Formats: sequence, structure tokens, C-alpha cells
Amino acid sequence: MECSFGITGKDYVLLCSDTSAGRSIVRMKSDENKIKSLGPHLAMAYGGEPGDTNNFAEYVERNMRLYHIRNNYPLLPGPASAWIRRTLAESIRSRSPYSVNLLLGGFDTTTSKPHLYWIDYLGTKAVVPYAAHGMGVYVSLSTMDKWWFDGMDKKEGIEVLKKCIDEVQKRLTIRFNFNCILIDADGTHTINIESEDPLADFESKTGSAAQQEGIEVPQPPIDVGVTA
Amino acid sequence: MELNGGSVVAMIGKDCVAIASDLRLGNQQVGIASNFDKVFPVNDKLYYGLPGLATDVYTLREHLRFRVNMYRMKEEREITPKTFTHLLSSTLYEKRFGPFFIEPVVAGLTTPTPLDPNPKPYISTMDTIGCITTPKDFAVAGTAADKLYGVAEGLWEPDLEPEDLFETISQTLLNAVDRDALSGWGAVVHIITHDKVITRTLRARMD
Repeated sequence: MECSFGITGKDYVLLCSDTSAGRSIVRMKSDENKIKSLGPHLAMAYGGEPGDTNNFAEYVERNMRLYHIRNNYPLLPGPASAWIRRTLAESIRSRSPYSVNLLLGGFDTTTSKPHLYWIDYLGTKAVVPYAAHGMGVYVSLSTMDKWWFDGMDKKEGIEVLKKCIDEVQKRLTIRFNFNCILIDADGTHTINIESEDPLADFESKTGSAAQQEGIEVPQPPIDVGVTA
Repeated sequence: MELNGGSVVAMIGKDCVAIASDLRLGNQQVGIASNFDKVFPVNDKLYYGLPGLATDVYTLREHLRFRVNMYRMKEEREITPKTFTHLLSSTLYEKRFGPFFIEPVVAGLTTPTPLDPNPKPYISTMDTIGCITTPKDFAVAGTAADKLYGVAEGLWEPDLEPEDLFETISQTLLNAVDRDALSGWGAVVHIITHDKVITRTLRARMD
């Protein structure tokens, strides 16, 4: 009973995930953050078997951090997606597979292009402009098919995301709260998707927005003057 | 196979071969991506298609890229379609009791050598554990394999020129995948001739 979306725009990628945690029909927590930041311009929204999810997300996060420390630049979205896919593909044929589905969103600072990857627990990877996981796919993919277009600015992207969330609230019997992030050239920002104008309070902030808002970013961000 | 969907077809022509695939990646009935190419090049005279479980498509492709690069460095020559087929077959048989869920199709032209001055165009196909078949006409695989057999049987004829072969393989693929819910969402065709490879993306039904 979970649901997450990802949408790419002209120069950003949006990731959105529900915040409920529980078992079958019982919700035990309604403010669980299921989006993890994996670097300055990379994050993933994950879901699946409780336990596996956090364990796998942390495993990925620390490996991305290790790469950053060793090489002084972070892994770009494409290579990161390949590494994550391979990890899951090796896991599925192991004795104890990770049962984790994820949406990987990133911003490639070398080409200034947003990237979104749909990855499932088998290690299936799809490179997509918009995607969804969980219960939400049945209602939100058609919403995105209708409203998404190439080169959307931030306002238009958030409009589409809001339409998806509205559709989920309308058509699914379960009520979800959503937690949302936006990754652009400046890094990762949290977005309050429930507010009237999510972009207004996002644009008024300057500098390292992620730091101010207390998003989980690998600490401390290293600045060695070398970027990817 | 039925989890992600997808189909591949290869055909022999006159001094040319063609290989084509659809572009759908699904999760059962839900379409996820319409840019999932299942045909990959080995060199400019040899292509192979991997319809089946998408995670194994990636894994097998990466593994084959490694094996072919090792072959190229050790032998200092390009791999022939026949050798590649046996490489692929043994790679699949290594996983005899926990197979890759893929039915590969190989299509290529062999470069003439003094020992074999007039090689024939080559296609081959395998089951999930690497049992090889080398047809003289066409090879099909994937979720629309049964439909592909029917259409290909009706449309294919011997000694087609590259452009005629393109028309035949394109119509075969498009008409077969339109009858299959798990294949379609776009298609790509490669025509391999001795001097060039023509790659075309087809406009297909997107429903």
C-alpha cells in the first residue's frame, strides 16, 4: 500500500513518495520519509518489504558516499543507476534477495540534464521521463501520459505532480500524505506539495537549501573545488 | 517472458540479414517504458536480440560485452556470427539449473576469408538454456513468437534485397505485435549489409 512518483522537467527532476509505514491495512506511522538523498544531485524514492527498504537504501547511500570520498566527485545518475541495478540483479539470484523497488532521480551537472530511472526488485531498469511505483501506477501513469510534456518548467512540473496526487486521493480508498523533493542544478530541495504555491517558499530560500531544511544529505558535503 | 513482454525477429535476405524488435518494457499489463531496445550490436556485421526478462537482458548484455571484448583482445580479430552463437549458447548453459529467462536471436554476416570465400548470411536462435537452431529463413522469439511465425511464414521469400527485406521484416513485426498485448509500443529494425547497417525506428501503434 504505497505509492511514489517521479517526473522530469526541463532542468530538474521531482520525486514524490507517500509517508505511511505499516503492515497490510494497518498504518503504524504516517510521517516516514521514504526518499533518501544519495549525493548532492541524486536521490531515490524507495518502497517494498519493510526492513529491506531501509537497509538497502542505507547500503546504497554509503556506497555513493564512498565513491564520492575516493574520487572527489560524486557518481553521475547514469552510472549510479547501473550500480544500483546490478546490486539488485545480483541480489535477486542470491539466498536473501532485497525486495526493494525504487525511483532514482538525479541531475547530471556535466550535461545539465535531469535523469529518472524506474528500477524494481528484480533489477529491471527503465530510463523514463515520468514513472510511478506502487498502488499509484494504475491512476497516475495515465494522468502523466495526458499532462506531461517535454521541457516543462518547475511550475508546470509541480502542476502535473499535484494532478497525480489529486487523482490518487480521488481514486484510491487509502489516504496518503506525500513528501516531495526537487533536484536541480543547485542540489536537492524539499517541496511542500500540500501548500498552495509550493514554489514560492522554495524560491525565497537561498544557498544550500537542503541544509536549511534538514534533508538527509550525506554529511558533511565535501567541497574540494572539483565537480563532476 | 510474460513479466516484461517483448519480441524479436530476424530474417535472411540476399547477402544481407535483418533483425528487429519492439520497444516495450512492461510490468505485466502496465506499460513502463517505450524505449527499451532489445537488439544490440557486437560489431558492424553482427547484432543480437534478447527478448525475455528485462533484468536478464541487462545482465546478459553486460556479460556478453565483456566476453566479446576479451575475445577481441585475445584473438585480435572480430568474432564471427557462428562463434558468437556458441559463446552465447555456452553462457546460457552455464546457468542450466537457474537459467536466464531469455530466448536470444543472433543475426550477422561473416566476413569472407580464404578458407570460406563465400559465407552465407547467418541467423540463429536459442532456448533459455542455449540449445541452438540455425534457420535458413527467419527466426522469431518473445511473447509474440507464435504470431510472428504466422506472419513471417506468409511474407518471407528467398533472396530479398535489403530494401525489400526491410519492408518484409517491418510488416511482419508490426502486424504480429499488434496482436500481442505484451509487445509493441514502437519498433526498431536493423538491416545488415556488407558495406553498411541501416537502422530505422518504425512508427507503430502506441496502444
